[in-house]
Amino acid sequence: MENVLEVDHVVKRFPGVVALDRVSFSLQPGEVHALVGENGAGKSTLIKVMTGVYKADAGEVRYAGKPVAFDSPSAAQQAGISTIYQEVNLVPLMSVARNLYLNREPRRFGLIDSRRMRQQARGVLRQFGVDVNVSRPLRSLGLGAQQMVAIARAVQIDARVVIMDEPTSSLEKREVETLFRVIKQLREAGIAIVYVSHRLDELYKICDRVTVMRDGVVVGGGLDMRGLDRLRLVSMMLGRDVVDVKRHGVTAFDADHEIEGEPVLRVRGLTRRHQLHNISLDIRPGEVVGLGGLLGSGRSETARAIVGALGLDSGTVEVDGAVVRRRSTAASIKAGAVMLPEDRKAEGIIPNLSVRENIVLAALPRLSKFGLVSRAKQDEIVDFFIKRLRIKASSPDQHVGELSGGNQQKVLLARWMCLHPKVLLLDEPTRGIDVGAKAEVQGHIDDLAREGLGVLLISSELDELVEGSDRVLVLKDGHVIGHLAGDDVSEENLMEVLAAGPGAGDDIDD
Amino acid sequence: MSSVTTQPQAAEPFGGTTVAASDSRKERVTGLVQNHGGEAVLAVVVVVASLGSQGFASWGNIESILVGNAYTALLALGMTFVIISGGIDLSVGSMFALGGVLAARGSIDGGPVVAILLPVGVSALIGLVQGLLITRARMEPFIVTLAGLLGVRGLMQAISKEGSSTYLVPQHSAFLNFGSGSWRPIMTAVVLFGIGTIVLQRTRFGQALFAIGGSRSAAVLMGLPVQRTRALVYVLSGSLAGLAGALNASRLQSGVTNIGVGYELTAIAAVIIGGTLLTGGAGSITGTAAGVLLLAVIQNLIGVHLSKYGSSASDAVNGAFLAIVVIVQTYLSRLQRLP
Amino acid sequence: MTDLSLERRITFDRDRVLSWLQSYGVYAAIVVLVAIDTALSPRFFTLQNARVQLFQAVPVLLVALGMALVIGTEGIDLSVGAVIALAAALIPIMIGHGLVLTIVVVLIAGGVSGTIGGSMVAFARVQPIVATLALMIGLRGFAVIINGASAKPVNNQFIDDLGVKNWFGVPEMAFLAALVVAIVAFVVRRSTFGRQLMAIGDNRAASELSGTPVRRVLVLVYVICGILSAIAGILIVGHGAEADPSGAGLLYELSAITAVVVGGTPLSGGKVKVVGTVAGAIFMQLVQATLIQHNVKNSWSQIIEAIIICFAVYAARGRSGR
Repeated sequence: MENVLEVDHVVKRFPGVVALDRVSFSLQPGEVHALVGENGAGKSTLIKVMTGVYKADAGEVRYAGKPVAFDSPSAAQQAGISTIYQEVNLVPLMSVARNLYLNREPRRFGLIDSRRMRQQARGVLRQFGVDVNVSRPLRSLGLGAQQMVAIARAVQIDARVVIMDEPTSSLEKREVETLFRVIKQLREAGIAIVYVSHRLDELYKICDRVTVMRDGVVVGGGLDMRGLDRLRLVSMMLGRDVVDVKRHGVTAFDADHEIEGEPVLRVRGLTRRHQLHNISLDIRPGEVVGLGGLLGSGRSETARAIVGALGLDSGTVEVDGAVVRRRSTAASIKAGAVMLPEDRKAEGIIPNLSVRENIVLAALPRLSKFGLVSRAKQDEIVDFFIKRLRIKASSPDQHVGELSGGNQQKVLLARWMCLHPKVLLLDEPTRGIDVGAKAEVQGHIDDLAREGLGVLLISSELDELVEGSDRVLVLKDGHVIGHLAGDDVSEENLMEVLAAGPGAGDDIDD
Repeated sequence: MSSVTTQPQAAEPFGGTTVAASDSRKERVTGLVQNHGGEAVLAVVVVVASLGSQGFASWGNIESILVGNAYTALLALGMTFVIISGGIDLSVGSMFALGGVLAARGSIDGGPVVAILLPVGVSALIGLVQGLLITRARMEPFIVTLAGLLGVRGLMQAISKEGSSTYLVPQHSAFLNFGSGSWRPIMTAVVLFGIGTIVLQRTRFGQALFAIGGSRSAAVLMGLPVQRTRALVYVLSGSLAGLAGALNASRLQSGVTNIGVGYELTAIAAVIIGGTLLTGGAGSITGTAAGVLLLAVIQNLIGVHLSKYGSSASDAVNGAFLAIVVIVQTYLSRLQRLP
Repeated sequence: MTDLSLERRITFDRDRVLSWLQSYGVYAAIVVLVAIDTALSPRFFTLQNARVQLFQAVPVLLVALGMALVIGTEGIDLSVGAVIALAAALIPIMIGHGLVLTIVVVLIAGGVSGTIGGSMVAFARVQPIVATLALMIGLRGFAVIINGASAKPVNNQFIDDLGVKNWFGVPEMAFLAALVVAIVAFVVRRSTFGRQLMAIGDNRAASELSGTPVRRVLVLVYVICGILSAIAGILIVGHGAEADPSGAGLLYELSAITAVVVGGTPLSGGKVKVVGTVAGAIFMQLVQATLIQHNVKNSWSQIIEAIIICFAVYAARGRSGR
């Protein structure tokens, strides 16, 4: 059978890193082909090359046998390659119907036929299990519903290839079932699907073949899923021995912490309308408490509320016995509770400022006298942390925007660490960084816990959450629905709690 | 020791439906205020003025308000498209002046057809240049159209001998018919606003503007012709500005050279007061119409009651008004952002 | 292999040229322009002419410095010209009550204007363009309401001297400008405020999360710009010995923004080039002087200025990438 899409020894370079190193990939019509790998392995880059967002520096991409070089996503779409992204890439302010049919609206006499568009939209979305008023703005829908709209849009196009990048990250269980039904239908129609995910259960359920990537290289191409042992798949992704993975776990965490004393963080009754409902938790010095849950469950909101970055309707936060009265990040920093944000590009790094300036940003008030920054003190701290965290930069004056994701994350970590906090909240600390840096960061988190910090860990990677935490709180729709401790902290138990918790239901309009 | 605690729950049917939370009342109200606040305030002001200000509600007064603002309203029309797409066009005031001078010159040398086509064509071309600088050279619309403001005014002065020549439209020219009387200007504006509404709401171009202004990255990934659309919107804005200037010249029967200064700012103010978000992605033509009329009515009222201060009083009020509207708008959109 | 390395070398050079242009282009342009001017008319390169240029350039420079700080926070201040008009309106009224009081009131007026604009941006989260646009329209109208639309003579010794007198051969106002430049440069490079300012301009959300007092810094930046504009207003009134609320400061925002942009400070915020701004102001002044000197018509000089702005911004774009 001829391949519908073929990637032949493609190379893609960015300043300082080779994202794709002679990568080859082949896709047959009617198959569901999994693409797996850790963060930074190159999966996203490969997809972007296939869909015209990036141009390859070397190598060839062939579509239906003929070499192609799409110069824009539009070109790839017109050729019949449709993509569903992990983040919902639709227009939040526009209505659901308009989003569904953007650039393909049904027309009458040359003008858009709004009524027919809405009618069709209702019908299509109902098939996908979404029953809403399609004239409402997209952003008024929950994340899961938004993703279903994006999926519906992607499969509406006359496509021969559909690429799905982490499509289930925002979906409820029944939405996932709907998606799988759709995938089966597509497959029967002869459409090829590239399925990117790190949820191994899903992959084994729905995919025919798998290609494993690591650090920009294909370490296993087009392998048959049926014959592939799960453990072997994981060890290929990580580049570690099967036995090693089995014994030491998947991450670099060594969650053997000594926990003692009164809680250094005490949170009671955090409530914010529609987002958080009466959330309480304790963290003791040396303890790593994980926050688990699906996308949209309120984990980031909880962390932000704790450090004063999100307004609360009610609730108290106590750090080291002292209640934090003012709700502001400055007050929280002063009290000793700091947070590493989820989106380092949007809220973390200051790209055009130097490594030095990024590290000392939060500590500026402590480093300056009469409004003047003390260069000596500043340099001392910067040098210390560059060494300790092994930040790879040409000099402390290099712009942070030029560093790799892993090093950027280390700079951010340094920013918080130089404040000598008592509590450190980490929201997806290893997202989007390469395997090596990931292990380093996980190691540093362990070190911090060992030094007596209280740590709150949010991670969508179940193995990271499970192996890094002493205890795990499970959130759903802003409620705490479960609590795992000790030996019960495992992936199976975690998923069980997630599946069994109260359903999404209708919003309680309070 | 088990430390797993969960709450029991009834099983969901496989393939069941997701029902999104119903329209919260707050969402509907803020949406209404955001989208139609301008019209509401206009209605209130008109009613209050009719009752409180003698002579306001007379046909003569209303007519002069409508006619006096019919052509500058076209600037706001074009500006609506640009701002919805996430951009801005500071050059329309200068293009208005240029359009007038070109039209007058054209009517002398070439006749009524040239008098209309020349200004529109030249303005469209300048708009295209600006659009290309913005999309191809990836320069910011603010700077490019700021340079446009300067350059176009310079161009206008160059062709009118440093602004000293005011070309008069020949007495017998058919061109004078375009802008004469009171019905023609008003109808021209109404028709163009109507066409504009259709283009915005019912063409792919219009939808693309909303998408690009709402989320440019999403628009790219959704396969929209983003760069082409962005460049075209400046052609549209420029053409409308040139046309407005030409029609105004027809009405004034000459190409006045010291006109148009600051018109772009009034256009921006009208668009924003009408409910269009400066950040792009949302807005309406009817809102802009309300904004234009509101500013015009205020100016009219001030002209009657505070005439000793002249236009500066209306400036002061406009400024305060714009500030209030924008603050309310920002507050509303923040409210709406909460789920 | 060889194709790749050749291609890389070419892009490498182009990047280097663009980057050099970005950092030093304006200085090179000044040197070139002075050379051309002197070649065309030797009287250009005299102290007397330098003085004339300075008198014109200093007020613009002061406003440009304030504007640079605002632009550093990724904002913009369109109201600077209106503040100058307000100063022009207030001076004739207040001068009868004493010089010191007059100056204080004018500076406070600038500060209040900045407070209003800054608060709209910081607290109400209004876009800087719109906030300062509203302020600009409103203030100018207000200025005319206070003191009418005609030019009034101002005969106060101190103010007039400030506008025209020299000190050791160099205009007094130039010393004032030098002092302001030094202060601003110091603030930008060495103070906490300066660091926070640029962090906010580059990534406001990250700065907020890091405990930076974002709102306070933003308001302060607009207040500084307002005060500097007020000072410029005093100098302008003194130079012409007359105050015209309707005409003073017209298009000053354009000149200030141009000077800042040409000087290399990016509109996207995060970086403030103080010396570059000085060079930008001087350069734009020289361009205007050159054009006037050679009797270039007003129309063409506007076109040329427009082209220069475009070119300066384009060069400042830096590297493109895919």
